[in-house]
Order: sequence, then structure tokens, then C-alpha cells
Amino acid sequence: MSQSRIMPAFRPTISFTLLYLSLVVLIPLSTLVFKSFQLSFDDYLNIITNKRVVAAFRVSFGTALGAAVIASFFGFIVAWVLTRYTFSGKRFFHALIDLPFALPTAVAGIVLATIFQPSGMLGKFLKTNFDLQIGFKPAGIVVALIFISIPFVVRTVEPVLQEFDSRMEEAASSLGATRWQVFTKIIFPNIFPALLTGFALSFARGVGEYGSVIFIAGNLPYVSEIVPLLIITKLEQYDMPGATAIALTMLVISFVLLLFINLLQHWVRKRSGQL
Amino acid sequence: MSIVLSNISKNFGDFSALHDIDLEIPEGELVALLGPSGCGKTTLLRIIAGLEQTDKGQILLNGEDKTQHHVSQRGIGFVFQHYALFRHMTVFDNVAFGMRVKDKKVRPSESEIAKKTHALLELVQLDWLHNRFPDQLSGGQRQRIALARALAVEPSVLLLDEPFGALDASVRKDLRQWLRNLHHELNVTSIFVTHDQEEAMEVASQVVVLNKGRIEQQGSPADIYDYPANAFVSKFIGQTNEFQLSHFSTDWFDKVGLSISKEVTKDSIAHVRPHDIEITKTTNDTPVTLKDWQHLGALIRIELTKNLPSGKSKAVFAEMPNEQFKRLQLSRGDKVDLKIRHAHWFH
Repeated sequence: MSQSRIMPAFRPTISFTLLYLSLVVLIPLSTLVFKSFQLSFDDYLNIITNKRVVAAFRVSFGTALGAAVIASFFGFIVAWVLTRYTFSGKRFFHALIDLPFALPTAVAGIVLATIFQPSGMLGKFLKTNFDLQIGFKPAGIVVALIFISIPFVVRTVEPVLQEFDSRMEEAASSLGATRWQVFTKIIFPNIFPALLTGFALSFARGVGEYGSVIFIAGNLPYVSEIVPLLIITKLEQYDMPGATAIALTMLVISFVLLLFINLLQHWVRKRSGQL
Repeated sequence: MSIVLSNISKNFGDFSALHDIDLEIPEGELVALLGPSGCGKTTLLRIIAGLEQTDKGQILLNGEDKTQHHVSQRGIGFVFQHYALFRHMTVFDNVAFGMRVKDKKVRPSESEIAKKTHALLELVQLDWLHNRFPDQLSGGQRQRIALARALAVEPSVLLLDEPFGALDASVRKDLRQWLRNLHHELNVTSIFVTHDQEEAMEVASQVVVLNKGRIEQQGSPADIYDYPANAFVSKFIGQTNEFQLSHFSTDWFDKVGLSISKEVTKDSIAHVRPHDIEITKTTNDTPVTLKDWQHLGALIRIELTKNLPSGKSKAVFAEMPNEQFKRLQLSRGDKVDLKIRHAHWFH
């Protein structure tokens, strides 16, 4: 530590980082762990293996995963359109993308619920034409989560697409590659790490989302009840240990999944010479 | 003829980048497209490649009309100024790319691809780097990899856009020599773009001088240097002194040995290369003074001032070998006599 560094502020910055992490993240989360230690291990297992709880976990993680996949796909297309083409109203589109960031999620939830419920505008149309119900079903949750998480994908992929050296595409074309080959072999591999980040962000956001989901989900136990709602319910019944047990489990699963995505990203970058 | 361009024109909005370019390039030549920046040389190269579409005219490659062909169908190899290597692929994968994207029916087997890739990497003397990524290479190495990658598809025409532009001076010198030797070995018709006249003269077998979207002159480096077609070419290729007839007395031209032919008018300008000016020390009353000199290695560059009848003075540059200059034993402020051995008149 005594040798001089190029960036001299290592000690103050790392101290600040640790302080911030402790105050804002670690201390509150460790309280969660301590609270749940008030339970015996058997009690803990009983709570989290409860059928309703397991079903809620399945709904929460399943819909978040599905929404993240769909949001990544469409988010990529949106980012592509916004960086690759010039068209009138582009600035307007840009502003529109960020709207879900700013909108209170409950407002989004109510709006989505209104149009997707069986008697709503889109809900009725889908019901009569395709016999499809979105509102008050897990599919409704997915719709709400896509709405919430698409800006994460767009805003992570967009700068990378913008910086992408188009000469690489020209080089690939001059070597005889078709447009599809240029996309799959040159553009996509360069964008993939950023897309993975967008995916991870939207997945994380989706798992924790509450406000926009509860209005459209219908919240039927075993069908469309999400974990955050279950935690609130427990809290309202003054079942503090039950709530913390579920919360802790959710925390651990999320952490493991995000860690896995991070490792995957590291592996992708390493394989493509970006590390 | 390997490359025939007829009537190529290109506009970007209101800006006209190329006007009615006609150009024929015989098989096996190494041609330099030379011109100041903004003269349209890169645009012309990109039009030949198919990276840019021409507004009108025709492009024939090996006798085939390729005007409407996509860049991937033209059978060209293109080397970019900033290399444009695929940064997510190893050096080996970069070079193999062109063979791997071939249609299944004509694609060589993976072992043939590997063999050819290694052969190409050996040709550019970089096989030991085949596992590296582009970011781990120096500029000169990247440029050689870019060249190997372009050669992998056995192009009938090799196009290079300012291939040495981003390299430092010593690497550039080595690579010029190396490119000329490589061309000698492979004999593939090649065009490279440059704004550096020295580079064009040193590397190319044919030089095409462009200015403001038009071809000013095409010829061998010696032709272009010795017989510049117009004042622009004369000034662009190497240094020149300009003497406008109206600024000097005809007596003076006689005295320095410049004969004035019948076509010369009041507005005619004589272009004189610095090495075509001879100087001798004198005690005569002459209007030329030695101002200063600089060493350019084997040559000395001599800065003279000539007083004009109008009262102003004009800077004149001469060059001579070191030894000769020493023998003259000149010092700053000395009066000198000029002798002009050769001049080009432009009217």
C-alpha cells in the first residue's frame, strides 16, 4: 500500500465505498438475516416450503425471467432502430423510452390493468379474437414487467451499438459475408455482453417489482400471486419472522442468479478478448 | 485491363465529390491514388469496392460489369486505414473469416482453412501471434493482419485506404518496403490511397493524382515528377519555386539561364525544383541574398531571398549535396548568382 499509485485517492474512495455499502446495503440486509434467525431451522423450512409460498416463488422468478427475455429481445430491436436509422420523431421516441423510469409504477399498473382486464380495450379484443386472457393471469405480470424493464435493456445496449465500429461490418461484407452473417458473427457478439447486462438489470428489477404488478396480476394464490405481495401480506398479519424468512430466501436466490449472470458475462468477455 | 472506371460521378448532397472519372488500371499494377485531403480519393476507392454507390458510370473488374454488385460479390479485398479487425476474434479467426463465411458448397474444410490461414500469417510474418486478440497487437502488426485477412479470399483486386496513415514514421517506412515486395511476390492488382506524395512515389508503379474530384494526371512516378501535366501536379509532387513572369524582368530570366519560349505570356509561371537551382558566390551587384540553410541529411536546403523590381522580396529554395555546399564556403548574407537548370512553364 505504501508505493505510490497513479490514482492517489484509493484509500479515501474505498473507505467511502465501504461506508456507503454498509449503511445503505449491508446493515439493512443483515438485519433481515438476524431477524430470520429468530426462527428455528424447521420453522424456516416449514414457511418456505409452504405450497402457496413455493407457488409465489415460481410465479415471481418465472415471470421475471420471461419478461427479461422478451424485454431483451424487443429492447435490442428498439436500441437498434434508435441508433441505426434516422427518422422523424426520433427524439420523441427517445423521451418515450425513459418514461417507465419516471412514472410511479402503481400508475403503470393501474393503466395496464385497465386496458388488459377482460372488459378492457385490449383485453376484450384479445379475448374475442384469440381467446386470450392477459389481465389477472401470470401473462399480465409479464406484460407489466416488460413495460418496467425495457428501458434498462435499451439504455445499456444503445451506447454500445452507437460506439460500434461500422468499418468492421464493411470489412466483413468485403470478405464475402452476407448481411445475416455480418449480424450474427460480427455485430451480435460485440453487443452480447451489454445485452446480458440489460437482461440482468431487467431480471433483477422484475423480481423485486411490486407496484405495477399487483393491479394487473389479480393476485390469486397459487396462480398469480408474487413473492413481494406475500411478504406484505405476512407483514400486515404481524408475521414478522414469516416475512423475513421469505425475504431472505428471495434475496439468496436473486443473489445467486445475478452472480451467475455476472460470471457468464465475464466468461463471454474473456472469450471475445474484451478482458 | 483489370479495372476500368468510366464516367464515375458522386455527389454528397450539394457537395460534388467526384466528376466524370475515367480510369484504366492494367493487371498487376500497384497504383497510388494521390491527392490532398477532400479530393475524393477515398470515395473513389470505396466506389470501386462497392462500399459506396456511384451516381452514374460503370465499374468493370476483370472485364465484368460490377457496378450493381454488392461489396460481398465483387471479389475485392479491402484494407481499412484503422484496420477494422474483428475485435472479438483472435488473429487466426480474423484471417479465417473470409473462408468460413463462404457458401457451404464452395467452403474449404476446416483443416484446409487452418492450413491456408497459417500460410497467410506466415506470409505477413505474424504466425506466432495467431492466438492473440487485435487489441493486444501494435499498429503495424494489426495492419499486416488486416492485409492477410483481405488476401484470404484471393481477391482479384486489393484496395487499401491510407494503409500506413495511422502508423508512426519508422514503422511506415518498413511497411512501405514490405508492401512493395509483397506485391512483387503476389502480383495482385492493387490500389492504395495516400495523401503523402513521397509514399506514392516510393511504393507505386503507377500514380494517379486527384484534385477536387478530378484526375489531374496518371503515370509512372518518374513521369509525374519529370513531366507534371499542370501547376497543381507540379506543386503537389515535391517542392517547387514559382516564378511569375510579370514579377521579374525578362533580363533576369535570361541571366539565370531560363529561356522564354513563344507560348509564354505575361501570366505564365515557371516552376523550378529546388535541386534545379545552382548557386555560386559572387561579388557582383546581384539581387539574391543567402538567408539561411538547413541540413536534410545528405542534402542542404538553402533559403535565398530575391529582391523584386516592385520592391518586395521573394523566398527561393535551392537544394544541393552537403559536400558541394561546403566547398562554396558561403555564410549568411552573402550575395549569390543563380543558375536555373530546368523549369516547367505553366500558363
